[in-house]
Amino acid sequence: MSKRVSKPGSISRRRLLASAGAAIAASPLGANLLQAQAAPIKIGMSMPQTGGLAGGGKASLLGIEIWRDDVNAKGGLLGGRKVELVVYDDKSSASETPAIYSKLIDIDKVDLLFAPYATVPTAPIMPMVKQRGLLLIGNFSFQVNSKVGHDMWFNNAPWGPADSWATSYLDIGQKAGGKSMALLSADQEFAQNLAKTAREVATKRNLPIVFDQAYPPNTVEFSSIIRALKATKPDIVYVASYPPDSTGILRAVNEIGIGDSVKVFGGGMVGLQFGAVMENMGSLLNGVVNYNTWLPEKSMYFEGTREFFDKYTKRAVEAKIDPLGYYLAPFGYASGQLTEQAISAVGSLDQKALAKYLRENTHKTIVGPIAFSADGERKETAVLQAQFRGVVDKNIEQFRSSGKQVILFPDHLKSGELVAPFEAART
Amino acid sequence: MFSLDLLLDAVVIGVLLGCFYGAVSLGLSVSFGLLDVPHVAHPAFLVLASYAVYFLNENYGVDPLVAGLVITPIFFLLGLTAYRLYYETFEKRGSDAAVRGIAFFFGVAFIIEVLIILQFGVDQRSVSASYIGKAWRLGDIRIPYRLLVAFAVATVLTMLLTLYLSRTFMGRAIRAVAQDQEALRLMGANPIKVKQWAFGIATAVLGISGALLIIVSPVDPTLDRAYIGRTFCVVVMAGLGSLGGTLVAAIILGVAESIVLTLFGASWAPAISFAMLLAILAVRPQGLFGRRS
Repeated sequence: MSKRVSKPGSISRRRLLASAGAAIAASPLGANLLQAQAAPIKIGMSMPQTGGLAGGGKASLLGIEIWRDDVNAKGGLLGGRKVELVVYDDKSSASETPAIYSKLIDIDKVDLLFAPYATVPTAPIMPMVKQRGLLLIGNFSFQVNSKVGHDMWFNNAPWGPADSWATSYLDIGQKAGGKSMALLSADQEFAQNLAKTAREVATKRNLPIVFDQAYPPNTVEFSSIIRALKATKPDIVYVASYPPDSTGILRAVNEIGIGDSVKVFGGGMVGLQFGAVMENMGSLLNGVVNYNTWLPEKSMYFEGTREFFDKYTKRAVEAKIDPLGYYLAPFGYASGQLTEQAISAVGSLDQKALAKYLRENTHKTIVGPIAFSADGERKETAVLQAQFRGVVDKNIEQFRSSGKQVILFPDHLKSGELVAPFEAART
Repeated sequence: MFSLDLLLDAVVIGVLLGCFYGAVSLGLSVSFGLLDVPHVAHPAFLVLASYAVYFLNENYGVDPLVAGLVITPIFFLLGLTAYRLYYETFEKRGSDAAVRGIAFFFGVAFIIEVLIILQFGVDQRSVSASYIGKAWRLGDIRIPYRLLVAFAVATVLTMLLTLYLSRTFMGRAIRAVAQDQEALRLMGANPIKVKQWAFGIATAVLGISGALLIIVSPVDPTLDRAYIGRTFCVVVMAGLGSLGGTLVAAIILGVAESIVLTLFGASWAPAISFAMLLAILAVRPQGLFGRRS
């Protein structure tokens, strides 16, 4: 056995490499490199990629993926750890999500959790997430934490306090002279939550509800319902519907008419925010006052918003998803920004510390500043009520310019005034 | 709130809606009603036809009804192929063919859904035509043109299919194979070829029905799930194999649904239609127009 001896004053190649390696590892750069190789930060979620919510789910996921790519291009988080997304398709079904989140937590051992898009798939995972004491960034669900009371839940949606949605819409309707309300809602959790708050707000204001119907999912034809609604001659029509129904309802309104008494029509129609639906509906949208989350009006641009949409537009075409992506995609990106800021400030992945930071600070995002109240919803509502104006048929590009959806609420984002009554605003 | 005007409106819209239900159930009346094939992929083929119509309308400006006619021969071939596959892999293998056939057609439905998503994405699609989005005024009643189109096409389609099955040689052979496959074989005919032809016809009809589907309301890749219950309900209520009965049963369903939606509250509509189905089956297990076996 021979022993290799280095001459005094000389350094062997092996020793040189070892010393250099040790020096690099000891330096901050070295620590980062080792960490980056060792463990990416895994963020787990289910996201509807098929089924009725897939349109929104795909756009939302693309927003999150753009954030992941941006943050990784900047070198990752916690001094160089790359972000990795672990995503499963929940098929838009509430029955799928509990098993998926169990797998994400126990098998994939993700570091953080994002909620799936929408209320229905999120609701069943809330008790489990609370029981395990995990941070959950919510994704456009409505009031899923109201009964569960999880103190580590933070919803990215701009809804704000539970009744703010109905309050803002009824404010607009009453200012336009509305003295009675008709309520038409889908018979499912999200729409029923909206309808419930609308009923409560109307009762508080002594606003008579002259029509209150919940239609079943899979309703094909809305002519009969619209005719019955019209017969009650309401001033304000508040609709809480899901994508396929929103289209059917608007078509029926166009064919049957809704009556001259109606001052405002819309409120909570999901689907009228999606590019394909907007393109399909075209001029039928004119006059409708509906909720939205982001619109290309001057007041809606914050640091990074324009750059985000430049990236989104290119990637959405390749991915065959909503080419506009206003409704969900920037909020998916904002979910990433919230996480990024919390991790950077806390300096670890400690979930309690991250939750504390998120609760106590205001966060800068591409959809504006976000601050949370105790229930994990936005402290102040930033949900928009906007009126469609001057929309023509079969032209998706028109929606990229301002003025097609005039923001009526909130005041600090307002870009125009209501045109009423509804029939007058249709032309 | 009850008024005669509303009731009249509900009946008129119900009849038109019922004809639409009849049109989308006709193919199933042949494949399930006459041939006894558990065709649970029927609504998936229907949605596929709608997307083909959408493609022709969007890219070439073809009127949806004309597009429906254009794709009819393609759907006929698709039907021939689907039945052959089903026969070779399941039907000829034994007595539990029906149960395994359901699995086969569920698989086909799933594949169709995935193919549509890959090609068109998951967003809702609709077509444009001069008769979509407008209504015909008849006194105080306004009738959407798209429902009138569905009514007219469903009536003509039912008449043509009934004439084909009763007046042509192949049509009579299809009825014969539905009644006694072995007797037909003894007469020298190949019942499998007759059934394959019939399945092709049932699928070809879906070309037009798919056009009606996308004319009446926008479609998305998962819409087939909404029509499984409705189409099977219509066919079973009518009595297996009765084409005229399919239209009448569909109208009864449409009128019931429309009256309930208008006058009694929207949430009751599905319960009422299925309650009607159960009641009919309790009184006449063979359906309204089916013959006792």
